[in-house]
Amino acid sequence: MSNIRDNDIDKARRQFMTGAVATAGMTIAPGFMLYTAEARPAGTAADPKVRWGLLIDISKCDDCTVCVDACKKENGWQGHRGDLTDAQWIRKVDLKDKNTGVKSSLPVMCMHCEYPPCVDVCPVGASMKRADGIVLVDKHICIGCRYCMMACPYGARSFVHEEVHGQKTHLPRGQGTVESCTMCAHRVDNDQIPACVEACNASGREAMMFGNLRDPNSDISKRIAEISTVKLRADMGLDPHVQYVNF
Amino acid sequence: MTQGRHHFWKTMAAGLLILAGFVLAGAPAVAGDVPVPHPAKAAKGEKCVAPIPEMRRNHMNLLKHQRDDTLRKGIRGNPFSLKGCVDCHAVPDKAAGGARTVRPFCQTCHSYAAVKIDCFSCHTGKADEDKTALKAMDNPHKVTARLQDYLKQRSVVK
Ligand code: HEC
Ligand code: HEC
Ligand code: HEC
Repeated sequence: MSNIRDNDIDKARRQFMTGAVATAGMTIAPGFMLYTAEARPAGTAADPKVRWGLLIDISKCDDCTVCVDACKKENGWQGHRGDLTDAQWIRKVDLKDKNTGVKSSLPVMCMHCEYPPCVDVCPVGASMKRADGIVLVDKHICIGCRYCMMACPYGARSFVHEEVHGQKTHLPRGQGTVESCTMCAHRVDNDQIPACVEACNASGREAMMFGNLRDPNSDISKRIAEISTVKLRADMGLDPHVQYVNF
Repeated sequence: MTQGRHHFWKTMAAGLLILAGFVLAGAPAVAGDVPVPHPAKAAKGEKCVAPIPEMRRNHMNLLKHQRDDTLRKGIRGNPFSLKGCVDCHAVPDKAAGGARTVRPFCQTCHSYAAVKIDCFSCHTGKADEDKTALKAMDNPHKVTARLQDYLKQRSVVK
């Protein structure tokens, strides 16, 4: 006989399955669930059975920069001078098909690779992949060598060149370390979706989808199963967890 | 402190004078001759996250342990959070124009012991007046229960 807590969880799970209670995920439109994973209780570690991922429909992007602005605001990485040394956790990249002249614009950030080269090259173990697939820099041990920046084919990482002031409480940043998109780990761990996705949805474009790629019943997995998606530089076999549609 | 003792310090190097002056100012009437630092009273909370002697001796290890748990394993909401220290121990700081920061509290001891920490070059030492940042702290009963579990686990308390 399991203890009371487990029983409670079982009961909750059964109710969840049968739809008897409101689900833990967030419904933003009828029939469109952002993610179906049950909230991970505080005090527990990231779950290796989870792979957080993003699916981005670039036909809905245009020259919109809502995701970039939301990321800056959430994580406080806006530069003070706007020059080349400013950090960039997410950026819009414009593409033009030379034959057809068709233009598109897509957000590019850390792809949270299953086989991240930035982790392979880090000499101190600061560049790391969490159990749930989120790739991070442990700034506590980062020595600022920037090997990871050279190894990343997506140019996703930035070096903090200058002293930082006015950091967000939830997002420490400091001079001399490398940083990049954290898939808003601080939010995801609190059962929230990344700031870029939230802002994109709120803008009405709904171009970004966040969810658990390892759960075949998550909306993101279902969508990926029914359409053809593009992984940037798929030829390198890094298995990025950020994927695109309508390229 | 006696005048003579003070005088003795004055004749020492300037750096020592500053340190000694600081310590003496912070320790008006302790028993015995050894001046000890008196960190500012916590702005919040009845109790610290562990018994005071344990905190005084071991806070750096507790912090480091939780640092790795949170960043590398994604474990949130445990008691030895740096955000938590700031939330309770941030007091009005003249150097920050009166804003509530944790600097006066941590620094009182650290300058006494000649410890230099770099934590606040990245982490903000300013109290976050926006309460949502400390969601897990909202429910005191939940936090206390979790705290007990955690301390037992780490056999800090029996
Ligand atoms: C819930 C609020 C709260 C939190 C969170 C908290 N403290 Fe405390 N702390 C207190 C209180 C209350 C005292 C008792 C002394 C006082 O009133 O200042 C105290 C005392 C201490 C002392 C002993 C001070 C002395 O006078 O010798 C140290 C050291 C300390 N805390 C460090 C920390 C550190 C480091 C953290 C973060 C890991 C932390 N505290 C988190 C409330 C808190
Ligand atoms: C180079 C920047 C940097 C420095 C310096 C730094 N940290 Fe951190 N720290 C971070 C980042 C980034 C996180 C991850 C924040 C998150 O995901 O919530 C973090 C998270 C933490 C956490 C878990 C979150 C929390 O608030 O409880 C603790 C504890 C922590 N750091 C302690 C320390 C201590 C103690 C020091 C000083 C000895 C320190 N850090 C210095 C960047 C830094
Ligand atoms: C009661 C006095 C006292 C208070 C208050 C205090 N500290 Fe300390 N702290 C010390 C002492 C003493 C040491 C050095 C211990 C040693 O040398 O092993 C230390 C060391 C540290 C270290 C390790 C430094 C290193 O180089 O290894 C960290 C990190 C630290 N303290 C963080 C904090 C933070 C953050 C606060 C404020 C929230 C704080 N301390 C408040 C007394 C204190």
